[in-house]
Formats: sequence, structure tokens, C-alpha cells
Amino acid sequence: MNEQSQTLWQFMQQQHDKLLTQTLEHIGLTFISLLIAVFVGLPLGILIARKRPLSGPVLGIAGVLQTIPSIALLGFMIPLLGIGAKPAIVALFLYALLPIIRNTYTGVTGVDASVKEAALAMGMSLKQVLFKVELPLAMPVILAGIRTATVINVGVATLASYIAAGGLGEFIFGGISLNNSNMILAGAIPAALLAILFDLLLSFVQKLNFKKVRTGAYTLPVILLVLASFYFVPSAYGGKLTAGFTPEFMGRQDGNLGLQQKYGLKIHTIVINDAVMYNAAFEKQLDVISGYSTDGRLKAFNLVVLDDDKKIFPPYYAAPIVREDALRKFPELEKTLNLLAGHINDSIMTELNYRTDYLHQTPEQVAKDFLATHHLYKPARNGNGGTVRIGSKIFGEQYILASMYSMLIKGYTNYNVATKTGLGGTKICFDALTNNQIDFYPEYTGTGLLVILQPSKKVVDTVGLDKNKTYSYVQQSFQNKYGIKWLKPIGFNNAYALMMRRQQADELQIHTISDLKNYLNSAQK
Amino acid sequence: MIQVRQLSKHYGATRAVDDISFEVSEHENLVLLGTSGCGKTTTLKMLNRLIEPTHGQVLIDGQDISQQKPELLRRNIGYVLQNNGLFPHYTVAENIATVPQLLNWDVGRITKRMHELLEKLHLPADLLKLYPQQLSGGQQQRVGLARALMADAPVLLMDEPFGALDTITRTKIQAEFKALDELQRKTIVMVTHDVQEAFELGNRIALMHQGRIVQIGTPAELLFNPASAFVKEFLQAQRLQLELKSVKLTDVWDNLPTPIVSGMQPVACNEQSVWWAMERFKEHAIQNIAVQHPQTHQVKTITFEQLMSAYYQYQNALQPHE
Repeated sequence: MNEQSQTLWQFMQQQHDKLLTQTLEHIGLTFISLLIAVFVGLPLGILIARKRPLSGPVLGIAGVLQTIPSIALLGFMIPLLGIGAKPAIVALFLYALLPIIRNTYTGVTGVDASVKEAALAMGMSLKQVLFKVELPLAMPVILAGIRTATVINVGVATLASYIAAGGLGEFIFGGISLNNSNMILAGAIPAALLAILFDLLLSFVQKLNFKKVRTGAYTLPVILLVLASFYFVPSAYGGKLTAGFTPEFMGRQDGNLGLQQKYGLKIHTIVINDAVMYNAAFEKQLDVISGYSTDGRLKAFNLVVLDDDKKIFPPYYAAPIVREDALRKFPELEKTLNLLAGHINDSIMTELNYRTDYLHQTPEQVAKDFLATHHLYKPARNGNGGTVRIGSKIFGEQYILASMYSMLIKGYTNYNVATKTGLGGTKICFDALTNNQIDFYPEYTGTGLLVILQPSKKVVDTVGLDKNKTYSYVQQSFQNKYGIKWLKPIGFNNAYALMMRRQQADELQIHTISDLKNYLNSAQK
Repeated sequence: MIQVRQLSKHYGATRAVDDISFEVSEHENLVLLGTSGCGKTTTLKMLNRLIEPTHGQVLIDGQDISQQKPELLRRNIGYVLQNNGLFPHYTVAENIATVPQLLNWDVGRITKRMHELLEKLHLPADLLKLYPQQLSGGQQQRVGLARALMADAPVLLMDEPFGALDTITRTKIQAEFKALDELQRKTIVMVTHDVQEAFELGNRIALMHQGRIVQIGTPAELLFNPASAFVKEFLQAQRLQLELKSVKLTDVWDNLPTPIVSGMQPVACNEQSVWWAMERFKEHAIQNIAVQHPQTHQVKTITFEQLMSAYYQYQNALQPHE
């Protein structure tokens, strides 16, 4: 059954096991980190309320932590803490810290001076003043801080799926990659509901009168603990071998589904973002990963591609796809883009990717060097014959291709170029193209077939395994359906592939996916 | 009871309190009087170490307070704040019980003492369950007073205790305050900027200006023997009323006419002032009142004119001839 015709409700029913697990993981991640943040932030807030000169630096540092983009923060965590729950909890904890420290500080310093003076004058010690007077009076403000932190955490916890910590982000980001709106909503709606629910609950606690807040202050940690225990750390370290697959790979027929159906592969799998996946494999956090056969990190991390002996991964030849009205608007465009056709094979692309991903050269530099060596580079003409908008997906290879096209257009035509790089996934890129936000972007034949067109199984079986058949099928269908033209293939095939560390693959004598399956089956007995 | 020796408090170059010394004897009520910024509140707060002095020494009961733990010291000193400083998250009962709780009194003792005080302060017992913000200003101030008196500390410090109240409430509470037997047993230091209040409640008054004590003495001494032009000026505006209030009937007794038997029921006049007698004439719209001397039990029946003339004779005798 085609997933597009499913209703959201059917999807959620079908996936209710996963949905429940992800929701519980989400709640767990949110509250474990929140609990730690309360235990750290509350005393810290009290400390800086007592020693005012410290308040500037402490609030400053917490503020800076807050401004680090979530993905970057998660990325920083990997070398320190690996993948899985630990780094996610630490990152969420850091985000929750600022509102808790700041509100504790504001609440405690905001207690009426004459009330504090009275407490001292009655003969209370500083500790008694804190626990009997300052904290109870500051409690509504402190709870407001915890409330803010909770809502922030429910949101940021969706990103935890990037580093294999689970949560509702698995559906959200899987859905974006797979062009599956039901899947996105199945993650996004529960996440939004959780945020609203916890916000309401905490606002209720906040409005209790002074007396009840005092008991509330003691029950709160208990409630947090119970909620936190929802989270059972995904056993990323159990089992003989562990696979890390991207959310997109997890849901694709030419991905994990095909591995299960055609190979009968059963491997302990966690979901992870591809930005951190290679590194995690290199760090021995993962043994098998789903990568791209031209990825530069293949070379950098000494990984080896397992042979797809049953041919489940269709060809992924790259070619620019352009809206036909853009071709009419910019008559020179097609000719210019085709300059690149046939110039880049698999090993060249891997090399180029290696230079950006591992040697950290800029995509512009790599693109320029390549064009210069192949005598394709011409300096920019700075013409003003209209602006061509180039899109790209959010990984290195696409950046390099976008840069090459940009230089070619500037050098060979009088058009200007605007680049919109880093569009999250296939769905976002393709929607941008059809909605006239960009004029073209480099796409892969396999993706066009399986993600965008999603034809019947019979069609996939007939055209899916031959590169020429696939190309002509997508070319025709795109033209008829969307008015989008596939230009000439660039030459390389960036197919999906399973990879392992070369050393481990040699030790276990695993060279094909069937070898992998046999090894796992023997190991499970 | 309280000895203050060469006490100073400097904030940078500012001398908030500048080398002052005074003593308060047991069961005395000393009023620190002055305009705002004169250092009276700072002085008061140095007596229970809410503010630590720059120089000088304070002895209470012969003990140097700087040698005691501040919280233990303060549990033995009652404190009433201007804005009452009640804990908004505590009920009235919990507010009043604050110090006994710190002293670990048992519940029975706390309840007994609480009801005793409520009665004396004319507070209904059903207030106990309410929160401070549900009370009127006068009630809040009485609760503040009850909290300070609860543990029956021998010393009571009061920082503008009636300052936040309207005139009518203030007069009423001042009268109750004066009549409260609890307070007769206490050594009280009270801060005020209200001259009337100082003269009404103080046994002695220390008039402060720019961190120093300009004059310390009984109300009558300040009125009739001002130490400087400043003191005279300070009291000028309300002089007549103050004088009438500070002179007692027993002071002018000898200037009143010889006894006339009138058959009226005489009123004993222990501490009553000339002002009090004048109020009785006005209140009852009568020609004569009969008063009885507390020691000799002599009874005199007097008219308003006779009272005034006795007062002027007394005043002329007191003031230095110019």
C-alpha cells in the first residue's frame, strides 16, 4: 500500500509501538536533563544571589551556552561522550540551565528587603532565611524558569535523534527525508502536545497558593524522577554488531526495508544523523553504517563498502534537474550545466568529497581547483542577464556541485547566481524547486525514482536496477508530471552502501551484505 | 540595661552615626527622634547587629553583643518594623510563632502565649488562619507587635512602628500601646520622626541630627531646657501642645487653688497631663472636675481657668528669666 494514500491516523495506528517508545524516550530525555539542570541550576542561582559579583560571569556563560546552535552542540558532544543518550542529555541539560539559574537569581533577589530583614531580626540563621523565607517566596518565579526550561527541552529533544538518542525526532527527521508528511506529523504533533501538556501542568503548579507550593517544591523532584525513569537508555552497546542508519535509510525500500526483505538481515539498529555517523563508526561506536559510496569520509576513516550482491540499491547517478520555465527564461543555462557532464566519476567524486569533508577545504576552493585542472574554469563575467537560483541539499558533495555550477554560469554566461545551499532533505529541496524558490539542483536518479515518484513495486523492479532504464524513466516522468527536466548525468554513481571499518571487515571476513547476514545469524545462535 | 559607647557607622566618607553614647535603663522607653537621614535607624539596627558598627561598643545586660552569635542575640530582642515585615507566605499564627519555633517551644506553650497576646492586643482569634495581606493596616501592625512580643524578650526595638498607619488608627494603637502591661516590663528603644509620638510614648528622648545626639533627656527637659537653638527650633511648631502633654497634674498641683469640697467623685491623677485634664473639660462640656493627688489623696475641684493659670505659673517658674 502506498504510504501517501494512508491517513495520519492509520499511520499512527500502524506505528503505535514505535510512537509509544519514541514518546516515552522523548519524555525521559526531557526530564532526566531537566532534573539535572534543576539540581545544578538551583544552587547556582542561589549562590550568585548571595555573591552578586559572580552573577555576571555565571549568567553570561549560561547565556552563551544557550546561543550555541543545537546541532553544533550535539556535534561537540560526540568526541567527548560518543553517541546515544549521554551526549543528548548533557546538551539538553546545558540548554535548560539558563532559565533555571536566571529565574532562581531573579526570584531570590526579588524578595522584599523588609521581609528578609524581619527574618534576620527574628533570629533566623542565613540558612533558615533561605529555606523558610527566600525560597518559598521565590518559588513562583523559579517554577516559571523550570517551566520555560521544560518547553525548550521538549523542543530541542527532537534533535536527539541525530545522535541516536531516540525520541520523536526519529519520525520528524525520517519523515522529512522520506517525503512522508504522515511520518513528520506523527512526530511533530505528539511533540507539540507534550510541550503544551507540560506547560499547562507546570502553570497549574505555579498558580497554587503559597502554602501548597511549599509541598509542591518537595513533590516536584519526585514527579521529575518518575518522568525521567520513562527513559530506558537505548542499548547502543549491546549485541554483537551495531548498525547506525540515517532516518531516511530506515524508511526506504532501497534501504533498511530492502535489507530486511531481500537479505533477511537482522541487526541491532539505532537511528543516527549522517553528519555524525561516520565519525561514530570510526570511534567504534557503530560497526555497520549506511553511507554513500562517494563519501569522502570513506577514505578518511578507512571504511570499506560491502558488496551489494543481491542488488537492492538502485543506481544513483547525479544530474542537475531544472524547471522547464527556467530553461526558457535562461536559454544559455542547459548548455552551460551540461559542460560538467561525464567529467566526474566515482573515484574523482570521492576524492573531492575527501578534500572537503576531511581536509576541510572549502567547497568553492575544491570546485575551482577541479574546474581549473579540467580547463573548464573561466573568470566571472559579472553580467546582469537575470539571476539563476541554485539549490543544494545539506551535504558536502552537493555544496561542491553547486559551487561548480555557480562558477560555470558566471564564467560562461551573463547571468547572475544566487545559491540556496543546505536545504534539509530531498523533500525540502524538491518542494523549493516546484514552488519556484530555486531554478535547479543536483538530484540522483534513484532518489527521483523511489522518493519523489514512488511508483508501484512492479515498475521499481523493472527499471530500478539498470542505470539507463532508471534515467530514462525518471526523465520522462518528471517532464510529464512536474515540468522538470533532467539534464545529462555528471558521471558518478552515489549509491547507498553499507560500510564497515576495513580492519573489522577483514577480521570477520565480511565482504558482501550476504556475508554480514551469515555472520550475524551464526553469532545469534 | 543597654549601654552604647562611642558608636560610629561610616559609609565611605559619610558618617551615618558619629561617635554617640547613651544608656537605657531597665523598663525605660527611649525614643530616638530626628528627621530622615539623621542616623536614628542605623543606630537602632546596630543594637541587634542588623548593621555592624565601624567603631564602638554596645553592651546589653553587661554583655558585649559583638561577642554573641547574631541569631542567638536577636532571638532575645524583639523587633518591630515600619512596614511590619510580616512573612507573606505565613499565616498570622505562623508569623506570630516565628521566634518560639526557632527557640523550639512546644506547641502547647506557643498556643497559650499566642492567645494571651491576641487578647491583650485586641485581635480576634479567627485572624490566625489568614495571611497578612488579608488584614487591615492596623491589624498588620498589631500582628507585627505580637510577633515581637511573643517570646517575651526583655528588650524591644521598634523602627517607626506606627509610621505606615493613618492618623486615626495611629492614635488608637498608640493609646493601646501605652496601656499594654507587657510593655511596662520591657526596655524599649523606639525610632520615630514624629514629635508628638516621641513625647507621647517616650520616657526619655534622644534628639539626633547628622549622626550625633543633640540632646538626650525627658520630654520636659527638651521643652523647657533646650540644649541648643536646634532643639528649640525642632520643637517650635507643636510647642504648646507638647508642653501641655509633658506637664503632669502633679507638677502643677501646688499652683491649683486650695481644696473645695464639691461632692464630685474625684479622679486619681497618677501620670495624667494637663492636656488630659483639658480634654476632659472639652469631652464632657463641664465647668468643674475633681482630681485626687495619688500620694496625699488630697482632692481638688477645679475650673478650666484655674487649670490654665496654674500651668502658666508653673511654666514661668521653670523657664530661665530673660
